[in-house]
Amino acid sequence: MFKILHRETVAPQVISMTIEAPYIARHAKAGNFVVIRINEKGERFPLTIADSDKEQGTITLLFQKIGKTTEVLGKMKTGSSIRDVVGPLGHETPIQEYGHCVLVGGGIGSATLFPILTALKEKKNKATTILGARTRDFLVWPDKFSKHADETLLTTDDGSSGRKGLVTDVLKEVIETETVHVVIAVGPVRMMQAVSALTKNYSIKTLVSLNPLMVEGTGMCGACRVTVGGVTRFACVEGPEFDAHEVDFQELANRLGFYRDEEMESLQKYKTTCKGKCKKTN
Amino acid sequence: MRARDPQKRRRDFKEVALGLTQAQAMKEAKRCLQCKKPKCVAGCPVEIDIPKFIAAIKAGDFKGGLGVIRNYNMLPAICGRVCPQENQCQGNCILSKKSKPVAIGALERFVADYEIKSKAKDEPVTIKPNGIKIAVIGSGPAGLTAAADLAKLGYEVTIFEALHEPGGVLTYGIPEFRLPKAIIHREIERIKKLGVKIVVNWVVGRTETIEELIAEEFRAVFVGVGAGSPKYMKIPGENLNNVYFASEFLTRVNLMKAHQFPAYDTPVKRAKRVAVVGGGNVAMDAARTAMRLGAEKVYIVYRRTEEEMPCRLEEVEHAKEEGIELVLLANPKEIIGDERGYVKAIKCDKMILCETDESGRRKPSCSGEEFILDVDQVIMAIGQTSNPILVKTISGLDLWGAGYIKTDYDGKTNIPGIFAGGDISTGAATVISAMGAGKRAARAIDGYIKSLR
Repeated sequence: MFKILHRETVAPQVISMTIEAPYIARHAKAGNFVVIRINEKGERFPLTIADSDKEQGTITLLFQKIGKTTEVLGKMKTGSSIRDVVGPLGHETPIQEYGHCVLVGGGIGSATLFPILTALKEKKNKATTILGARTRDFLVWPDKFSKHADETLLTTDDGSSGRKGLVTDVLKEVIETETVHVVIAVGPVRMMQAVSALTKNYSIKTLVSLNPLMVEGTGMCGACRVTVGGVTRFACVEGPEFDAHEVDFQELANRLGFYRDEEMESLQKYKTTCKGKCKKTN
Repeated sequence: MRARDPQKRRRDFKEVALGLTQAQAMKEAKRCLQCKKPKCVAGCPVEIDIPKFIAAIKAGDFKGGLGVIRNYNMLPAICGRVCPQENQCQGNCILSKKSKPVAIGALERFVADYEIKSKAKDEPVTIKPNGIKIAVIGSGPAGLTAAADLAKLGYEVTIFEALHEPGGVLTYGIPEFRLPKAIIHREIERIKKLGVKIVVNWVVGRTETIEELIAEEFRAVFVGVGAGSPKYMKIPGENLNNVYFASEFLTRVNLMKAHQFPAYDTPVKRAKRVAVVGGGNVAMDAARTAMRLGAEKVYIVYRRTEEEMPCRLEEVEHAKEEGIELVLLANPKEIIGDERGYVKAIKCDKMILCETDESGRRKPSCSGEEFILDVDQVIMAIGQTSNPILVKTISGLDLWGAGYIKTDYDGKTNIPGIFAGGDISTGAATVISAMGAGKRAARAIDGYIKSLR
């Protein structure tokens, strides 16, 4: 059992939880994730380790309430426990002295970028962060990012914070005006695809952290397979980061939507029966 | 062995094989010739004294019979159900030359089940703890056997398991209708009673490395992590929606209970027309699971003939009884998708069998003709290979082939204190051969620890 020590709402529907997991905290590196299962009847799903504290023995996870599982998780209180947390899984982000790194985060994906940002800064890289969201309220950790990045640029669909538009608009300007050595993008598939298409024109090395469906997370089941450079790769053990210019984003989007009907069914059933108030469905 | 009516069982997950009645078991035991030089024992990977346990059954001493087996094998209720007896003990039985061999597997299962039914209490095992800690990585058949044997020798054993439940392939791989989970739980509880600790959610190499385990508290480590990485064909269309690797399909159902969705949160797609590719036990398990999830038509697509199928005889027989159709001499070359990226058909080459290859089976070769099966789901069950996650993290460990750990017969690796066995050292094999490896490694670890003094 893994105790929830702290919980806060970061943005509408977005929750951050700090969990007691000393072994995972001790070994967590930027880019790693955990697979969690909330309760006996729960499903296994991956969440990026958004932050970790070796001394306190804690890891911080961010998630958006979009389905039954995340709704249930979102209702869990400080002091209660998650049944299963396993990790740290996945390759760590290759951290080098790149020079100028641009980190592009869309919505909840920004959380994945935070440990990458701090690791890049430890290697004396210059880091520009571009964070995008629907509206100001949906931006994830803008203050935390601006504290660590050399520059933090915000964009929102409605212009309520930063500039109105898409992350790619801002990224294009940065690329046009400054030398960029590497771009790391995390967010919705369409956003990563757009970033990739843009940087390909400029031949800038670009990494994306992919979020395919996973079941067990250690290379055994193949649920998370993605096509990269025409070859099947398992995101859980060979990723989650890959060369963006080689990723088959359409296939990833298809596969992510595979259980959409079941996800809706599960959420509907949860919402119409007891909304988590009765013990049974928990 | 008696089995449930195929028409009923093909739509539920209850156990198929019913086992022998007491009268049947005693009658079957009487058929044993009690050979002076029993060939059946030579065919058993853990060398159970088969004539002795059968003699006990014949005398009506079922508990005694089980006791004989337990001296060699901690998991009789499991082995009685999943061993490929026709290639092992029963395959060697002298009676099989003239008539049918003694049903040794069914008898093994009978004594194990008899104990469960009679609710007999375990006889307390006296163990003299020696305070020496041993780590076992993986809680499948190799790990459980090694742990049990080491615990009996007095070692303080901790098993580390990556998944949230112990049992390895017994839990995530073999379906309930072939090996009920209650049987596995019972056997694992028995091993825990020997003092073995099981830590779940622990991926060795990630949560902690073997080096850390050794540096911190463990004097030796047994690695029994299995061959947990699925093989696939590398043909076009393999990543379409509704193409599963058997390991994912079976894990969803067996471990995550997706057949009970939405009561359980993990979904699995229920398809109408399913093609399962492969001819081993996993292919049979996947096909029969698809049938139980409500498929109208399930094909097993295999590139040789039924004779060459590596699965247990009973599995293919049961599959056929349940209405599963074998599409033989067929090798998939492409999975065809629709405009949304979902499977709609599988294209296969028609094969012919040619000369015998190194596996002793006739080699399939393209006939030049091809055909298309209309299906909406494809499950790949063509085998497993080594999982790179652990072996990569042990520096200096000698490997062979696709990343299997090189060991001697007893499981010794090139690094002192690190032992390995089961599929991770031999490549994908059987439950019983993994158990045999766990047993030998336990002895070797004991020898190693004693040599340190």
